[in-house]
Amino acid sequence: MTLLFQLTLFLYLLATAVYVAHFLSQQKKVRAVARAMLLVGGILHTVYFVVRYVAAGHTPLTSSHEAVSFFAWSMTWAFLSFWWRYRVKSPLISLLMLIAAFSSQEIRPLAPALKSNWLPVHASIAIMANGFMALAFCGGVMYLLQEREIKKKKFGIFYSRLPSLEALDNLNQHCLTLGFLLLTLGIVTGSVWAKQAWGAYWQWDPKETWSLITWLIYAAILHQRLTVGWRRRRAAIMAIAGFGAVLFTFWGVTYLLGGVHSYVG
Amino acid sequence: MLAESIVIIGVNHKTAPVAVREKLAFSGDCSGPLVTLMHIEGCRECCFLSTCNRVEVIFVASDPAAAAVAVRGFLFAKSGLSDAEAQQYSYLHQGRDAVSHLYHVAASLDSMVVGEPQILGQLKQAYREAVEQKTTGVILNRLLHKSFSVAKRVRTETNIGGSAVSISYAAVELAKKIFGNLRDKSVLLVGAGEMAELAAEHLVRQGIGRVIVANRTLERAAKLARRFNGTAVGLAELTSQLAEVDILVSSTGATDLILRKDEVKPLMRQRMNRPLFLIDIAVPRDLDPELNDLDNVYLYDIDDLKNVVDVNKAEREKEALRAEGIVAEEVIKFGQWLEGMELAPTITAIRQKANGIREAEVAKTLGVLKSLSENERRSVEMLANAIVNKLLHEPMVFLKNSTPHDNPQLKLAFVRQLFGLDNNESSDQ
Repeated sequence: MTLLFQLTLFLYLLATAVYVAHFLSQQKKVRAVARAMLLVGGILHTVYFVVRYVAAGHTPLTSSHEAVSFFAWSMTWAFLSFWWRYRVKSPLISLLMLIAAFSSQEIRPLAPALKSNWLPVHASIAIMANGFMALAFCGGVMYLLQEREIKKKKFGIFYSRLPSLEALDNLNQHCLTLGFLLLTLGIVTGSVWAKQAWGAYWQWDPKETWSLITWLIYAAILHQRLTVGWRRRRAAIMAIAGFGAVLFTFWGVTYLLGGVHSYVG
Repeated sequence: MLAESIVIIGVNHKTAPVAVREKLAFSGDCSGPLVTLMHIEGCRECCFLSTCNRVEVIFVASDPAAAAVAVRGFLFAKSGLSDAEAQQYSYLHQGRDAVSHLYHVAASLDSMVVGEPQILGQLKQAYREAVEQKTTGVILNRLLHKSFSVAKRVRTETNIGGSAVSISYAAVELAKKIFGNLRDKSVLLVGAGEMAELAAEHLVRQGIGRVIVANRTLERAAKLARRFNGTAVGLAELTSQLAEVDILVSSTGATDLILRKDEVKPLMRQRMNRPLFLIDIAVPRDLDPELNDLDNVYLYDIDDLKNVVDVNKAEREKEALRAEGIVAEEVIKFGQWLEGMELAPTITAIRQKANGIREAEVAKTLGVLKSLSENERRSVEMLANAIVNKLLHEPMVFLKNSTPHDNPQLKLAFVRQLFGLDNNESSDQ
């Protein structure tokens, strides 16, 4: 099982390296190779989850290793499903897998509170929301890089290699909308589950609080976008900032603030 | 030498002014010239290319020097120029130089605008007509096919056709980088000058959704708008139109700025921050340079666009150098093929191939039959030797004997194909 994980990680890293090579050389063949590697990596990753599920007897989303790894998994598939030409996200997948690699991989007995059918639903939705937000983050970074070159009238390595501003803005909107939907669902399912497990829908646990803060940030971004026209540059900046809140909710809360929700450790 | 029988005689924008080129312009289809050319004594194969920047005859002749004079005479027949003048305006490449020249033409390294892609299509068309008239043979078929694949190699391996090298096209490329698809976008032309017209033409060709023309005199605006199926408005409506359109091309003769930062700033809110691409090709400038400081507004004036073009041109020159390397490599490859297309090297190649097979098979068999005595081993070797020699005898006779009606190249090509002598390189025909 460890071997499977390492193989997946290796493929992701390799795909990243090849993507970077494609970015610099702009050879179509290279991109096809990178995409194939990522695809094989994604499939192996899926197999890894299934194997882990069978070995653990419950949905493998309860430790830090599993959560981060699932984060990477959802990004891989989000990336592949877009079938677009966005390259720079791939390194982020590798980064997540590296973090997952350093997190403890042992399968621990399930805490009693987690024994529920809600586990796969809530945890996977919440982490998939993170995956979309991460894509929006990447789109935001690419937007700012591309926009800078057009505005300054100095065309460096990004101008010819990144997609048009419009396409990046569309990616941003697409990811934010879907991500926000998933985030909302994640909070709702979590709340229902909390009622069953802890007896209350909402108890201002740090994880809950920060999820709410993240949700409010993204709600504001989407609201401003639709009403006052916070598009383009500002939307890109907001997507980057919003992702900071996502990361803090995902890791910061667990390690810095604790709380009843901190199973993942 | 076979290579020396390939000749190109032609005229292009570098060697002859348009006043000369137009005198020898051949319009319509090439079948007339092709038939005439094939009647030139000793001309075995030919292909005729005529575009607005060049007229070229590519031919293979048994007596190249004599044929060259005749071909030049044909090219300049209508010009009224003497042969001395004709020589001065035209170029003649022979052998490897001719191969290299054709590769340059196909890869658009010899074009007025290096890297423009039309020439390859024109060359392909010229070849198609030559094939229809059956004026090409073994050598030109391979040479032209190779020139197409060289052009393709240059296009995929270098960035020679990558970026815009004209001002109006540079503007269109920028628009595409900002807006992606132009189909649901609109452009407002302010002033109806020639440059604005050119830019609009490019935008329309790229599928822009709507064209609006604003001009001091409405009549001129209406005329231009009709050309692009657009609408005409008065200059007074500039700001109200600006709330709607995505691209503005300004080219008025106004001496003062016609659009200032303070006028556009409130518009951006009204536009919900949809980006605005402002192109100022007027001198003196029409648009406030500070407009570029506004979020989601991109202002390019004529100098900015010129800079883009200069950078792109420099880039193309750099890429052209890389393309030269590819061409040189391919010219050598073609030269090797040509050398093989002679009788002696073909015979050597067949012998080498047969001997290689014989030695390998004998070694394999003797490796298994270890119990054989020295004499028996020699017998096996002799057996193999005899079979090979007897099998090769008839093909060798066929190759060496020539009757007057034979086409030696066709025969060589046929035998080389039969024995698979050129199979080591990919055939992309």
